[in-house]
Amino acid sequence: MKVERLSKTHISVQKLNVFYEGHHALKDVTVDIPEKQITCIIGPSGCGKTTFLKSLDRLIDLTENVEVTGRILFDGIDVLDKQVDILDIRKRMGLIAQTPNPLPMSIYDNVAYGLRIHGTSDKRELDETVERCLQVSSLWNEVKNRLTEPASKLSAGQQQRLCLARALAVRPEVLLCDEPTSSLDPISAGHIERQLFALRQDYTIVFVTHTLRQAKRLADHVIFLYLGQLVEHGPTETIFTNPSDPRTKAYIEGAFG
Amino acid sequence: MILSTLVVLGSLVSVLVVVLLRGAPALSVSMLTQTSTGGYYLGKEGGILNAIIGSAYLVGGATAIAVVISLPTALYLNEYASRSKLASFARQSLDVLWSVPSIIYGVFGFTLMVYLGIRASLLGGIMALALLELPIMIRAMDEVMRMIPLKLKESSYALGATKLETALNVTVRQASPGVTMGVLLAVGRAIGDAASVLFTAGYTDSIPRSLFDPVASLPLAVFFQLGTPFPEVQQRAYASGFILLVIVLSLNVASRLLTKRAAAYAIK
Repeated sequence: MKVERLSKTHISVQKLNVFYEGHHALKDVTVDIPEKQITCIIGPSGCGKTTFLKSLDRLIDLTENVEVTGRILFDGIDVLDKQVDILDIRKRMGLIAQTPNPLPMSIYDNVAYGLRIHGTSDKRELDETVERCLQVSSLWNEVKNRLTEPASKLSAGQQQRLCLARALAVRPEVLLCDEPTSSLDPISAGHIERQLFALRQDYTIVFVTHTLRQAKRLADHVIFLYLGQLVEHGPTETIFTNPSDPRTKAYIEGAFG
Repeated sequence: MILSTLVVLGSLVSVLVVVLLRGAPALSVSMLTQTSTGGYYLGKEGGILNAIIGSAYLVGGATAIAVVISLPTALYLNEYASRSKLASFARQSLDVLWSVPSIIYGVFGFTLMVYLGIRASLLGGIMALALLELPIMIRAMDEVMRMIPLKLKESSYALGATKLETALNVTVRQASPGVTMGVLLAVGRAIGDAASVLFTAGYTDSIPRSLFDPVASLPLAVFFQLGTPFPEVQQRAYASGFILLVIVLSLNVASRLLTKRAAAYAIK
């Protein structure tokens, strides 16, 4: 049974609008994401879940012909401000993608990569971080004797845990998860899910999912997006037992999706 | 399918056999270990070490220059200018350059040398061959880099990496099998090319001792020796051709092995 934990706002999204080549993908989304809790974003495919997530660390900048307006305050800094040091913001927000995407290097280098690009070259510090992060993602025992092997040799589930370790290595405050279990087998998916659930003690987690049961299991908070609009958000209990909007009610009852 | 495979294999084998048969009387260890004596037109004595070493110098120098220019260019086209007008214009120009006949590079290099006051020399040959290699290398590297999925680069950007860090660590590594392939493709073309070194590198019986000395090359060794009326020298032309063929074939095998090794860490 989850206990309601009081928490302050970590990321405050205000009037976020995103346009892809004229298509209005997110419409006036305003919502606060609480610190050190799991916020699940639910909604049918194409409702803007991933777009929302990618706006938070501005990875959306890599997409062409996209326009983003509004404000995203992260610890008081407006992420959408072009003056802001986005590399530092991205370092503070880790990303776990939908499909495991290890880098074309060894298992060790994958985890050490983030530290290296941010200026750590001390071998002992790298070794320690790699071991610590691989243990948190409970991959250490499986790979400790083959750290120099290519990451591509791992299974999909192991690769996703490697990606989790890689994200944790740069000591982020936020973890952005874009349906991180959807491409995995049930056992690997369960692994990742349990690890993320444990990590909510220390990290603010924003978790996109299209599985309602997963949201129910994991979330402290739920945001329901539909056709680019924020329909409803609130504590998980309220959304699932007593939604105020008829569209939310229909969605969680499985009327569409 | 089987027929076409046989045709391809058959022509390769028949080329090898014909060249080998006609050159066999002249093939000897001294061909490989001695420089030629008595002038390259008439030279019935000595070997073609001058041409083998000359070709190695020419292609080595040209390839070094071409790699240094190609890799940053291909990275720029992909990471910084990927879908810009500049990039598509550059790609089109490179495709045109690729299909420019090599004699044109020779003539162009020669004109350049006249302006710079350089005689036919190793330096001139390297310049012409580098020009010949550039479009091949850049386009080959560019094509593999273009195939790298955005998702892969995204995982680097998501960690707070800059464009340069992503380009050097992710793009180059992921593209390394293709980059290796591109380099060896260009080397293969350059080592067998006679026309571009004809005016620019000259020909000589000795091994060059500086960048400004003329230099011999294998394709020209074949060309000059075949042009004489003496059957013994013509045999030497075939023998030289056989040596060139063996070098090209081994480069091909080497490229396969190297590409495979480079692919070990790439994400499929």
